Amino acid sequence: MLVSLNWLKQYVDIDGIAAEELAEKITRSGIEVDAVIDRSKGMTNVVVGHVVSKEKHPDADKLNVCQVEVGEGDIRQIICGAPNVAAGQKVIVALPGARLPGGVKIKKAKMRGQESNGMICSLQELGVEGRVVPKKYAEGIYVLPEDTVPGSDALELIGLRDTVLELGLTPNRSDALSMLGVAYEVAAILSKEVKLPEIAYNTISEKAEDYIKVRVEAKENPLYAAKVVKNVKIAESPLWLQQYLMAAGVRPHNNVVDITNYILMEYGQPLHAFDYDALKTNEILVRLASEGETIVTLDDQERTLKAHNLVITNGQEPVAIAGVMGGANSEVTTDTTTVVIEAAYFDGFSVRRTSKELGLRSDSSARFEKGVDPNRVLIAGERAAQLLAELAGGEVLEGTVAVDDLDKSPARVVVSPDFINNRLGMKISLEEMLSILNRLQFDVEAANGLLIIDAPTRRQDIKIEEDIVEEIARLYGYDEIPMTLPEGNEQIGGLTPYQEKRRIARNVMEGAGLLQAVTYSLTSDELAQKFTLKAEDTTRLLMPMSEERSTLRQSLLPHLVEAASYNIARKADSVALYEIGSVFLGKTEEELPFEEEHLALIVSGKWVDHAWQGEKLSVDFFIAKGIIESLFEKLGLTDRVSFEKASVDGLHPGQTAAILLDGEKVGLIGGLHPTERKRYDLKETFVAELNLNAVLAAQVEELVYVSVPRFPAITRDIALELDRSKPAGEIIEIIRNAGTKLLKEVKVFDVYEGDKMEAGKKSVAFSLTYFDPERTLTDEEVVSAHNKVLKALTEAGAELR
Amino acid sequence: MEQQLKQLEQEALAKLQAASNLKELNDVRVAYLGKKGPITDLLKGMGKLSPEERPKMGALVNTVRENVTAQLEEKVAVLEEQAIYEQLEKESIDLTLPGRKVRQGNRHPLTRVIEEIEDLFVSMGYEIAEGPEVEKDYYNFEALNLPKGHPARDMQDTFYITEETLLRTHTSPVQARTMELKKGEPIRIICPGKVFRRDNDDATHSHQFMQIEGLVIGENIRMSDLKGTLDALAKKMFGDDREIRLRPSFFPFTEPSVEMDISCFKCGGNGCNVCKHTGWIEILGAGMVHPNVLEMAGYDSKKVSGFAFGIGAERIAMLKYGVDDIRHFYTNDSRFLSQFHRTER
Ligand SMILES: [Zn+2]
Repeated sequence: MLVSLNWLKQYVDIDGIAAEELAEKITRSGIEVDAVIDRSKGMTNVVVGHVVSKEKHPDADKLNVCQVEVGEGDIRQIICGAPNVAAGQKVIVALPGARLPGGVKIKKAKMRGQESNGMICSLQELGVEGRVVPKKYAEGIYVLPEDTVPGSDALELIGLRDTVLELGLTPNRSDALSMLGVAYEVAAILSKEVKLPEIAYNTISEKAEDYIKVRVEAKENPLYAAKVVKNVKIAESPLWLQQYLMAAGVRPHNNVVDITNYILMEYGQPLHAFDYDALKTNEILVRLASEGETIVTLDDQERTLKAHNLVITNGQEPVAIAGVMGGANSEVTTDTTTVVIEAAYFDGFSVRRTSKELGLRSDSSARFEKGVDPNRVLIAGERAAQLLAELAGGEVLEGTVAVDDLDKSPARVVVSPDFINNRLGMKISLEEMLSILNRLQFDVEAANGLLIIDAPTRRQDIKIEEDIVEEIARLYGYDEIPMTLPEGNEQIGGLTPYQEKRRIARNVMEGAGLLQAVTYSLTSDELAQKFTLKAEDTTRLLMPMSEERSTLRQSLLPHLVEAASYNIARKADSVALYEIGSVFLGKTEEELPFEEEHLALIVSGKWVDHAWQGEKLSVDFFIAKGIIESLFEKLGLTDRVSFEKASVDGLHPGQTAAILLDGEKVGLIGGLHPTERKRYDLKETFVAELNLNAVLAAQVEELVYVSVPRFPAITRDIALELDRSKPAGEIIEIIRNAGTKLLKEVKVFDVYEGDKMEAGKKSVAFSLTYFDPERTLTDEEVVSAHNKVLKALTEAGAELR
Repeated sequence: MEQQLKQLEQEALAKLQAASNLKELNDVRVAYLGKKGPITDLLKGMGKLSPEERPKMGALVNTVRENVTAQLEEKVAVLEEQAIYEQLEKESIDLTLPGRKVRQGNRHPLTRVIEEIEDLFVSMGYEIAEGPEVEKDYYNFEALNLPKGHPARDMQDTFYITEETLLRTHTSPVQARTMELKKGEPIRIICPGKVFRRDNDDATHSHQFMQIEGLVIGENIRMSDLKGTLDALAKKMFGDDREIRLRPSFFPFTEPSVEMDISCFKCGGNGCNVCKHTGWIEILGAGMVHPNVLEMAGYDSKKVSGFAFGIGAERIAMLKYGVDDIRHFYTNDSRFLSQFHRTER
């Protein structure tokens, strides 16, 4: 909402308050002022000129040499290129020395050999937005009324000596979508009175009801009123009206349209003017459209309607879409002489739905949507009749033809001052509260310790006690509210075990050198199921903004791979990222997907790079695995985790494992498939992903100290020749199972494949540690235990070297 | 014999002086003081001496021996010191060469902001509540006083999945779910999480972002409690000398609703680019929980009241760290992420 202060002054006294100060006061007490716009934009030396004569420029087709009187007897030659300049016009002249918006400075100049002492201006050149300049002057200079005086201040005349406040309105304050609404707000803030327009006009003896009948057949239209005005002369509106409209961001058209727009801005009540003769039937019937019914709207578009759209008809065909846009068939034109003014209350929900469906949002629909003031509908119709009589020479017929079932009673709110003070944590006196409510012009009565309030119907947002709390607080001032903290809390705050462990998981990842990434949850259909152990049904948006962000992910890896690729493409020689985030799998009974929190990591490129020591190491599978193992160790789950060869879309078939916790799959780890590496331009890259919900939910025993060993341990080594494909993990299992309780640890300390081995074979060496916490072991005991291991290995077909 | 002894002493001392390392010195010791050395031989030959001469010679031999031993030890000390010195010299390194740095990762700046806020509220007795990112229309809108067709739904453009399910547009549905769960009991929670809006990604908009909302419900929760709580938050995040101010606003789930500004941390309120020359920076929205929201979740709005607030983690991080483009948070450029490593203050 754009609020011209010149216009606002018609309703409330704001003299002596700087625009900035007023803006600050309005902002602090309820409505945010987004901008304070000085419409004069620092312009100077812009005056009214009278074009005394106009000749063609001798050397330029498109230029005219004009003699312009810019003050008593002060005639100057000005070259003008505008197509619509003509002798006899009163125009706007920027004299030499003038400054115009956009840093333009006017100087004496020669144009194709002819002297020019200034510039005849268009409104755009004076900083007026092109879209609000009347069409007639949109492509040329602006022409002033004939009675204007040469040499006088043109800015004053066209309303540019004005400041406009741009209000950023929240949906609840639709009352401020009108100049009067803003006037009430400002009056409350400044403790002033509101001066309402005086409505008075003469009527002729003919009666409106003899010209038109009104019928309403839809509950969405509880009030429809029609006024008829005859002998209207369509013309340009007076300058004052045009200025106000332009300041409000509305383009002037002709007096009839301008009057309806003026009242729209003044009262917040949309009106519509029909050409009476074009209606043809002497009747108005408001009803729901029939499915597929069409109407050509004012913008010459044919619109197809649905059965829930509310239309105004002439009893036969639609002549307007209620509250949204008029029809071309009944439009006011230059030939119009009799107009029907519609003042109506249309249901907000209905208007909202229709305007949304048709993609037609207008100043009118915006106001109906939020609910207009029921008590202003008829007044606005009267105001229109008055202005049509005053400004368009119209003759108003007696009476209003109306169907009126609208409830116009105010909302009653009963609230105790204690409630207000308790809610705010303050001690505002009853007198102060009454004073605030009076300033707001709320009808209030104090009785039995209660405030009985009838809120004016313009304030549709006032319905409950809390609304009164807000009104009191905002006008008393939020700065006055003290600062306290909530009392009486029995709850001890804290993180849940899951939340704590998740932070620990973050610490482990970061301690391992990984940076935390956050990627988008939405991805493409193609990537949604990639890198998963098992793809589930996907969740897709109804109306995605792009295919790339259309579907919810089932793995964090696709976007982490993209992030790695992004970094490598920017010359990073190493990438190490992890992410914790949700994935979305299948569907629950409640129609929502299962959300699982995952942890994923990616390592790519160099891992160790101690340049001057010559120590360099690229990432490999076991770096990724080591990080995952560190996490399980931190969580006390090491002994419950195993790795099992697996196949995953996008990963290397020989370097991929499922991660099992207590025998259940909880994740995967692997090398990026060579074709994926090529696609993303990555070198060695390894990834892992865990179902964090499952991993962090695993319960572990309380931590209890185990005594530090006091007796020496004894180690024995075993070297085995194995098939290349035989996993060392299986051998460790055999050893563990065969070893007695004296066997405390099995470690792989060497793996060899190469020249000295038969093809298809490898040598793996294990170190076994025997130990008894109670005493020193004898040789015999160790030999006996070790022999059991050797026997089991031989039985399993392993060849000792 | 005495003559012989003197000569031996002279010889031994000369060799001692000549020895240049511990081995040579040891050779000298073995040669002169050892069991097979000449001095021992001399002692053995004492038997031939007369009983009168014996004590005299004995004393003399001892003196020589002590003298040689003392000088030997002195020389050992010198040589040992020298050997250590040489070792130290040899082991000296260029201390200015870079060390083997341990790889270190760090939290994402948004997590950093969220954890900082979580910790503050946990210390004030709050719990952290979380909920699904795909939500029912009911929890995201209807339970928050935003029935279908409510004009305020336009304020948030929503990614719908079906007519009834959507990507949550705020973390408020977690509040709604918590209220339903607590069945009338007091609540103090903070709800961090990802949220989604139909926005084209640009420098100031992101279709996915992080929010942290807070909710307190109990008997006699007042707007002054909200103000005090927000003041604590502002000071924690932007410094102890921050001031806050509340401005009236509108959210369907709170009444009264406010927006909170903090005094500009860059210019201290004098006006600069960060605060658009107003001295104040808009930080968050808040308000007293709307009675409809309380009632819908089964609370008696006549008996209890509450406050709620919502903060954008990106906005806080952008202000706090001077980040100029919201897309940085989701690009995951290591050169960006690794900047949020060190401690502050
Ligand atoms: Zn500043």
